[in-house]
Amino acid sequence: MNKTTIPRLNRHFRMQWEEAQNCHVLLYPEGMVKLNDSASLILGCVDGSRSVGDIIADLSARFPDVEDIAGDIEEFMAIASARRWIEPV
Amino acid sequence: MSAPPTPSPPLWLLAELTYRCPLQCPYCSNPVEMAAAGQELETEDWLRVLRQARQLGAAQLGFSGGEPLVRQDLELLVAEARQLGFYSNLITSGVGLTRERVLALREAGLDHIQVSFQSAEEEVSALLSGSRKAFAHKLAMAEAVKSAGYPMVLNFVLHRHNIDQVEQIIELASALGADYVELANTQYHGWALLNRDELMPSGEQIQHAERVTNAWREAHPEGMRIFFVVPDYYEDRPKPCMNGWGQMFLAVAPDGMALPCHSARSLPLEFPNVRDMDIDTVWHRSEAFNAYRGFDWMQEPCRSCPEKERDFGGCRCQAFALTGDPTQADPVCTKSEQRHLVDAALTAANCHKTGGTAMRYRTLQASRDILASQS
Ligand code: SF4
Ligand code: SF4
Repeated sequence: MNKTTIPRLNRHFRMQWEEAQNCHVLLYPEGMVKLNDSASLILGCVDGSRSVGDIIADLSARFPDVEDIAGDIEEFMAIASARRWIEPV
Repeated sequence: MSAPPTPSPPLWLLAELTYRCPLQCPYCSNPVEMAAAGQELETEDWLRVLRQARQLGAAQLGFSGGEPLVRQDLELLVAEARQLGFYSNLITSGVGLTRERVLALREAGLDHIQVSFQSAEEEVSALLSGSRKAFAHKLAMAEAVKSAGYPMVLNFVLHRHNIDQVEQIIELASALGADYVELANTQYHGWALLNRDELMPSGEQIQHAERVTNAWREAHPEGMRIFFVVPDYYEDRPKPCMNGWGQMFLAVAPDGMALPCHSARSLPLEFPNVRDMDIDTVWHRSEAFNAYRGFDWMQEPCRSCPEKERDFGGCRCQAFALTGDPTQADPVCTKSEQRHLVDAALTAANCHKTGGTAMRYRTLQASRDILASQS
């Protein structure tokens, strides 16, 4: 994944809000991962049309006070793609 | 005795829709006493169970059995599950599946179909399931599942008669385009326990299968994920069964009996029925679900063991089946004074050489015969 990559959620995963867990989760065959706030914020931007660069620009504008948000986002994308939560379009 | 802490919600709901099944696998984990189960739940009952469990926080839903496809209301239940926000998994032998049904289930909102195989070879498959046509049909259905866009999870139950073909099994799964493969050694509950001497692989067989699996993983780092489950008899610590009794797993049997684990029916407890009790009460207040929550019910060596928070003393059903006392440590544990029972079972299985001819097949008639011989 680099800045021009357009990620989308792996179609075998579903992201949704779980009231009982009080967080967003990713559901997949026979499993579930709970997402923390930043992970769900970033994954929420993954829509199969915006590139990693677009997402960085969007979130940097919305959260100007967060230091090195670009680094965090790129790191998360790398982890998420290694875990096959997301894939390039 | 202190009150057990309020449990977290049941994340997993297993809906065992029916004990009916066209196959007769001798390693089936259904209870040997299945012929004594009451009438199957009605569609209305299942809809209520789904709503109540979802409201409590269940997110993963498994439809299993028996063979869940024999229920004609499956599509309707799947549609309700989707609408409620469950991630729903269908666990099937593939028998009874058609291309049309694969698509209808997809349409209804099913997320995932897991097809179970007996073996990579037609002959062994036929011997084990009691059906010749099943194998070719499964292959066709695995392809249909894949092409309908479902994640493909294939499950192979391993035992003495097929574990040496683990390489062919992996190749078959890979050729079918599986995303995940479970090479799950038989768990010795239900019919599998009855047939333990016929099914238990030797230590060498397991080591060989693990070597082959690891070699394949190394050669295909980007390939499908393989889960290899060792039979716990060969381990020195028990598995943390269901993450602890009544912690995250809720099974509802075909006749409505609510269970903290799908084998629990064999235990000497009064389990509630969803016909008379709502899921919230079942989960939080029923005696059976509270019976082995927390650590107060434990005896030594578990009670003072530093590992109890990791494995919760193992499986209650296995402790009861092997020692006769469900509050004992799971005898798989080498700290248990009853470990000799597991070792004796391994020795017996390793000396037992009938080549599968003494296997008891899972049929309703066999279940009735067993019940008759017990009374
Ligand atoms: S294990 Fe075999 S016999 Fe048992 S329910 Fe599954 S397919 Fe049927
Ligand atoms: S003694 Fe009990 S708690 Fe300790 S490791 Fe063995 S089974 Fe687990």
